[in-house]
Amino acid sequence: MGIRFILMVNKQGQTRLAQYYEYLTIEERRALEGEIVRKCLARTEQQCSFVEHRNYKIVYRRYASLFFLVGVDNEENELAILEFIHLLVETMDRHFGNVCELDIMFHLEKAHFMLEEMVMNGCIVETSKSNILAPIQLMEKAS
Amino acid sequence: MAGPSLMDSLFQRSLEDLIKGIRLHSGAGAGESSTFISKCLDEIRREIKATDPQTKTTALQKLTYLHSLHGVDMSWAAFHSIELSSSTNFHSKRIAYLAASLSFNPSTEVILLLTHQLRKDLSSANPHEVSLALQTLSSICTPDLARDLTPELFTLLNSNKGFIKRKAIATVLKFFELYPDSVRVCFKRLVENLESSDPGVVSAVVGVFCELAVKEPRSYLPLAPEFYKILVDSRNNWVLIKVLKIFAKLAPLEPRLGKRVVEPICEHLKRTEAKSLAFECIRTILTALSQYEAALKLAVGKVREFLVEDDPNLKYLGLQALAIVGPKYLDAILENKEMVIKSLSDDDVNIKLEALKLVMAMVSEDNITEICRVLMNYAIKSDPDFCNEILGSILSTCSRNYYEMIIDFDWYVLLLGEMSRVPHCQKGQEIENQLVDIGMRVRDVRPELVRVGRDLLIDPALLGNPFIHRILAAAAWVSGEYVEFSKNPFELMEALLQPRTNLLPPSIRAIYIQSSFKVLAYSAYSYFFPDEVVAQSSHELAGSLHNVESSDYLSGAAVTDTDPDQSFNPRMPHESLRDNSVDKGKDIITDCENVPTASLKMDRYPQDSFAQMLNIVDMTFTPLLGCHEVEILDRVTNVLGLVELIRLEIRGCEIQKEVDNVREELKAAQVIRLMHNAFSEELGPVSLMAQERVPLPDGLELKENLSDIDEICGNFTITISSSFNLERPWSREKDAIILSEHQNKEVVEQSNDSTSVLTEHRKRHGLYYLPSEEKETVSSDYPPANDLSLPDKTNDQTDDLFKLTEQSLVPKKKPTAKPRPVVVKLDDGNSIHIVEKKPEMKEHLISDAVRDVLLGNDAAPSSSRTTKSDKLSSRVTRKDLLVSATEQDSTTLGRSDKNSRRNKHRSHGKEKSHKSSTKVAGDPEEKSKPKSSHSHGKHKSRQRANSAVNVAAQSPVIPDFLL
Repeated sequence: MGIRFILMVNKQGQTRLAQYYEYLTIEERRALEGEIVRKCLARTEQQCSFVEHRNYKIVYRRYASLFFLVGVDNEENELAILEFIHLLVETMDRHFGNVCELDIMFHLEKAHFMLEEMVMNGCIVETSKSNILAPIQLMEKAS
Repeated sequence: MAGPSLMDSLFQRSLEDLIKGIRLHSGAGAGESSTFISKCLDEIRREIKATDPQTKTTALQKLTYLHSLHGVDMSWAAFHSIELSSSTNFHSKRIAYLAASLSFNPSTEVILLLTHQLRKDLSSANPHEVSLALQTLSSICTPDLARDLTPELFTLLNSNKGFIKRKAIATVLKFFELYPDSVRVCFKRLVENLESSDPGVVSAVVGVFCELAVKEPRSYLPLAPEFYKILVDSRNNWVLIKVLKIFAKLAPLEPRLGKRVVEPICEHLKRTEAKSLAFECIRTILTALSQYEAALKLAVGKVREFLVEDDPNLKYLGLQALAIVGPKYLDAILENKEMVIKSLSDDDVNIKLEALKLVMAMVSEDNITEICRVLMNYAIKSDPDFCNEILGSILSTCSRNYYEMIIDFDWYVLLLGEMSRVPHCQKGQEIENQLVDIGMRVRDVRPELVRVGRDLLIDPALLGNPFIHRILAAAAWVSGEYVEFSKNPFELMEALLQPRTNLLPPSIRAIYIQSSFKVLAYSAYSYFFPDEVVAQSSHELAGSLHNVESSDYLSGAAVTDTDPDQSFNPRMPHESLRDNSVDKGKDIITDCENVPTASLKMDRYPQDSFAQMLNIVDMTFTPLLGCHEVEILDRVTNVLGLVELIRLEIRGCEIQKEVDNVREELKAAQVIRLMHNAFSEELGPVSLMAQERVPLPDGLELKENLSDIDEICGNFTITISSSFNLERPWSREKDAIILSEHQNKEVVEQSNDSTSVLTEHRKRHGLYYLPSEEKETVSSDYPPANDLSLPDKTNDQTDDLFKLTEQSLVPKKKPTAKPRPVVVKLDDGNSIHIVEKKPEMKEHLISDAVRDVLLGNDAAPSSSRTTKSDKLSSRVTRKDLLVSATEQDSTTLGRSDKNSRRNKHRSHGKEKSHKSSTKVAGDPEEKSKPKSSHSHGKHKSRQRANSAVNVAAQSPVIPDFLL
């Protein structure tokens, strides 16, 4: 499994979206998120985007007030994950129009659906923005 | 609780209201928002029972939100998700499936109730429902679900909708992991998709194979041609990265393959603009194709480009890439040495750590001193965390494989001392271990070790830092154990007794007291038997000269044989206490330049100075008699007892000397000599496996009930008080016995006291001893670790307990001032079986199945029988499946290797095919299944039923056109 989890966290360290691709209990998740947030948010722009934590490699990127953190296993290509994060943000931008924290808060499901289109079972399955957004747009039209 | 009323439905809080509410309340404080959440939760509990689907959906939606962002437990609502998933409204279905995929886990009991709904949705005509079901399945799948839904998934792998196919492929991976038998059903179709014209589908399949290949690469070698085609043709970076990962696993298994792929990979590396792909090419070359020089050169060149970039990400990855190639091609690191060293002072701690790893990889015997010097400078300047990282890696690198890098141990011991004084040092425990370990293993370094220990001990400032208490413990132990190398035992004693030692924790204080006991015993010994000290010194001198000349450890061991007190070193510093040298002083004139003139004997302990020592000990320890720590109290009592004894003796000596000059030993003097002998018995490192090597004596009976122990203990205390035994009375006594048996007669006389005490004790309480006739076998089968004379006797099994280093004595390129001292090693060959790993069973199941399918496909049709029967079995009714599942368990449990498992498996497949032919005959579903894949093999397999086929499976065939 390449990707183990995807987190979106704001500047204050509050989780705004959490998607796990392996089973962890709620307590384990909270502990993990806390540790990662402490580690990553303290880092400056001049430092690299990769952090090793437990048996994960965390690849993260900051967009305005939001941190996108992806936990991957050691085999994964860090730069590809950075590109994936960028793709995710671009996709959200296209849908929400300059995505911000509030968009994700109030449309958490949509964010999840986009992720589900892009990643399944920890593997990236779709990288075309229009393909990712097609089902969501379809649903919006229907409702 | 009352059911939800109409009012509830009408005025239900929407998700948006909930979020706004939480935001509003979170401003007011954590308590406030949690009350708000629990209030909402109450509402949700009510609303979720509503009959109106809209109300129910919204309730579930809110609950999911609270669960995923506020950690609210929603396991209680699992059934509601399942209920709602059957909704005809797509929106509700979506919410329900999302809730399920976010909250279900393998222990969710109701998960099986979802099976039916999932099956229905997977075969739905609406592709979006199918997609939804697949997504959910991929995140919540259990072995049961996988088993039950494999046929549906198999159908979907052929879907004409690209996005369904992709998702089905991604889900297959989960199925393989959870239910390996699904491999036999789906694998072929998965492979077919490798040649799909839809790049998205190819991407998904490659992703699956990438994951599979990471776990068990060998099984996928036959697919190499397909992967190769993708590698050459594809221009999609995502796919290329995955294919490169696959080849990184496959290439080491099949040399011909590496030759073939290295070229296209280099092409990609030269061509690509994308750093991610470039990095993957580099990593593949460095890990799997490093034997191709041109490729390696190209890759290292690219790495250098990464290193000089300003982007910290690239710099970090560049350093990591160097770390991959480092162990094999050190030149690659050395070429970039400057960049690496520069990175040690980077802003980013991650980059610094990578650089540190690389620096440590560069270390060799020749440069270790310089590198450690540089690193120590960095350590002093760095922040505490990184400082300790540096210290830690120095310690682990230097101690690796019994200090194989170290030639100059004096330097290393000094370095350890220096590390202890680094302000942020928190590596106390490691330094402690190494100080003691080096003391035991490397004889030649002991004088320096004692000097370093002394410097640490006499510095009162160090006692205030709790992080280095452990180091001080080691310093104290070393000083006590090797006190004979000390310039000035009196000074050592003062250091051990200084008032600030009360800052130490009791366990370490106990070590201090024990060490002062040893120092005292030594001082008393050299006071009473000055001649012997001299004799031993000169004896040792000869031994050590011999040692230096012939560089032969064994000669040292021979000395050990003749003289148990050999550990006296002649290197007594000449400046010691010259001022109070008296007429009795007898100088040893030495003819060796590294052994300075020593002035030994009584003059080092003039009576008043010795008496003063006794007084100080007495004064410091008497107040401790009220201490509540048993470790301290016990040792203090011992020391004071010794002091008392010595005082008697001093008086006795004076009287005696006046009476006649013939020196006759008093009883107390004998005790001191005995004690000294015990202490100068050298301690050696003990193998981890030592305990196991002691054979269990015949007739050893362990009493279940120890009710009579009280009586024995009562007697025991009396016995022990008269014989001055220390921390480990039994082992000391045992040592004494071994000594007396094997070594020299003089000692036998001396130790008669203690042996007689012991034999008496043994006679009385024989029950708690090993039978005495067993003693011989014990001592011959497992020699005491500290008995250095044993390597000479070569007929025991355990003779190789001590292994001598040979290569170490020949200095390499750089001529060093002195030869590398001998480091005592233990032969720990047995420890290998500890690391032995048990193979992951599931992965074998998958790869076995894959092999069967692939070889059935390509080369050996005879194994398709297995495939066929399992295909059948996966479609039979649930009752049959349960049977087969238990069979599966029992076969896997009892299996010892792959082959036997496969044989069993085949036989159980036979059974099953028999069953399925009888029971499933009427199953309508069975008939509708596509049969093409196994119908062709049916006939052949029957013919070849008895031919053994597994030879082919062991060496997968790679078609020639690739190579």
